[in-house]
Amino acid sequence: MSKSTSSTIELVNKNLKKRYRAEKRFRAYGILSIGFGLLCLVVLFTDIIGKGHGAFTAHYVQIEVTLNASTLDIRDATDPEQLALADYQGVVKEALRTRFPEVTGRSDRRSLYALVSNSAGFAVQDILKADPTKLGSTVSLWVLVDDDVDTYAKSRDDAEPFIGRLSEKQIEWVETLIASGEIKSRFNRILFTNGDSREPEMAGIRGALLGSLYTLLVTLVLSFPIGVAAAMYLEEYAPKNRFTDFIEVNINNLAAVPSIIFGLLGLAIFINFFEMPRSLPLVGGLVLTLMTLPTIIISSRAAIKSVPPSIRQAAYGLGASKMQVILHHVLPLAMPGMLTGAIIGMAQALGETAPLLMIGMVAFIVDLPGSITDPATVLPVQIYLWSDSPERAFTERTSGAIMVLLGFLILMNTVAVLLRRKLERRW
Amino acid sequence: MTTTSGIQDVPVNGTVGEPFVDSAKLSMRNVNVFYGEKQAIFDVSLDIGSNEVIAMIGPSGCGKSTFLRCLNRMNDTIEGCRVVGSLNLEGEDIYGAKLDVVPLRARVGIVFQKPNPFPKSIYENVAYGAKIHGLVSKRTELDEIVETSLQKAGLWNEVKDRLDAPGTGLSGGQQQRLCIARTIAVSPEVILMDEPCSALDPIATAKIEELIAELSENYTIAIVTHSMQQAARVSNRTAYFHLGKLIEVNETEKVFTNPDHQLTEAYITGRFG
Repeated sequence: MSKSTSSTIELVNKNLKKRYRAEKRFRAYGILSIGFGLLCLVVLFTDIIGKGHGAFTAHYVQIEVTLNASTLDIRDATDPEQLALADYQGVVKEALRTRFPEVTGRSDRRSLYALVSNSAGFAVQDILKADPTKLGSTVSLWVLVDDDVDTYAKSRDDAEPFIGRLSEKQIEWVETLIASGEIKSRFNRILFTNGDSREPEMAGIRGALLGSLYTLLVTLVLSFPIGVAAAMYLEEYAPKNRFTDFIEVNINNLAAVPSIIFGLLGLAIFINFFEMPRSLPLVGGLVLTLMTLPTIIISSRAAIKSVPPSIRQAAYGLGASKMQVILHHVLPLAMPGMLTGAIIGMAQALGETAPLLMIGMVAFIVDLPGSITDPATVLPVQIYLWSDSPERAFTERTSGAIMVLLGFLILMNTVAVLLRRKLERRW
Repeated sequence: MTTTSGIQDVPVNGTVGEPFVDSAKLSMRNVNVFYGEKQAIFDVSLDIGSNEVIAMIGPSGCGKSTFLRCLNRMNDTIEGCRVVGSLNLEGEDIYGAKLDVVPLRARVGIVFQKPNPFPKSIYENVAYGAKIHGLVSKRTELDEIVETSLQKAGLWNEVKDRLDAPGTGLSGGQQQRLCIARTIAVSPEVILMDEPCSALDPIATAKIEELIAELSENYTIAIVTHSMQQAARVSNRTAYFHLGKLIEVNETEKVFTNPDHQLTEAYITGRFG
């Protein structure tokens, strides 16, 4: 007896090292996977931030503009029509000529004018609109440089500065202005205040952001109540039969359907059949509702299922009706899970492009949308559009927009975590 | 071991002892319960008198909990559960088409095996039943119900300073007394207890047993228990269930000293369980 015991222990000891080795290996696999994931994340972020950080600054040039009435062709500064039609670009050009008096010749002057963004005229117009008495005076203001100049100024410290379409003379002027402090890098407010534009230096993501916001609002308002109600019915009321099994299988299937199919469905139903206009956040929201509903229903059902049966029993035992059990106990306890599901669904909807292309939210829209029925585009579609543009300056704006989108996703997920923590009750 | 199976195979022809009483609060006749195809309760007939404590004992899976849960239709929530037979609460058919389970459960409360307070405050736990049944109209009346219920459950002195604390933060025994307070806050006539002490330590168990004795003055109590000592301590009558059949019902003292049926004797002497 004692002999067999000792040999058992010997056997155990002999195998012990092997077991610990296997255990270590097992753990190492997990660490390796996490490491790989983190590496991918770091590469992604480095790439995007490396390319996109430039989008958050822009170069401005200081010009002394004389608001010359005759150049502007304004006789009466109080007349809005005259203010609207005045030749503001003319005074900007005049200012540039004054700054570089040595530049003569038609083509040289034209390339000098090209240093400043077309938006300079609007900046001058804004000054006059705000204060018509400024007519005739000289004002000093900072205006955007052209996107090529901006890109050059950002890359001039690199080994190989990006020259693009700039001529040698233009580079010389730019260098002069930088040296004298008349070209400076500033925070790119335009990116957050403007809609899309063909001119990269004037292009912003506000239109797309608002579009995304309106679209998500519609999606949330529709998909959360519908999803929760559907999940509640299926979990609490629906009889278990072939028909509900069929519904369940189909909901699970819908969750896996490629999003472009929902776009085609939206195109067929909302636009072709109901004849709604294209490019609306309303239609986009409806399409994304169709897309996120399965996700919300599935996660809500899981959340409802995870409410301990003892709580239901307790409530039923006290004589609560079914609705009271659901409203007072099941839904509050399932709420954190349902909200998490909803926010994951929303995050998915925020990043969705394909279905929105189908319903025309890919259009080039400059105006900022004011409501869910104004044509708009959304952030991911804006990224898609910019990534297609040839100008170098759009490349960094693409990455910049991606950073903003990622920022919003992180924000939403943080809110989801915080909400869950706040609402979660222990039992 | 062979004797055990021998005893378990003893044919059962109806219930021995005195299953019926004169002034029955609850009276059940020929109750059969099915879970899908499987029959869990066979032809059980039993009366529960007013203000008595009746203990239901028997080996695991004998159907005593199932039977208890029929009395306030808690079995309704179980899929595929079917109850056949006549069950009456003061002459009202518990499974009748006209009966509404909501008032039924207000009259017949239940305390479960595992303490299951709501993840809310102590106050909210006790007040919940009164609130949903609309028993009170003013906050002060609600306060009063909460206080008297907690007092009756012997918990008031321990929790009066922290009524806003979560009910789930109490100890197991306190939680169970909270559940009892929650049940009596609705002023039921009958309290069903489904192994209320099986998750508790001996001290908490003793407190609950004391409480049962006090409550029996005002309430009719049916208690399912695995502990024969507990049955002997708290109950007036004891019903012994075996494989879904009601074998014997007698005065508790008689059951534990001189049972009529040999199965009961085998069980209380520990020959199987």
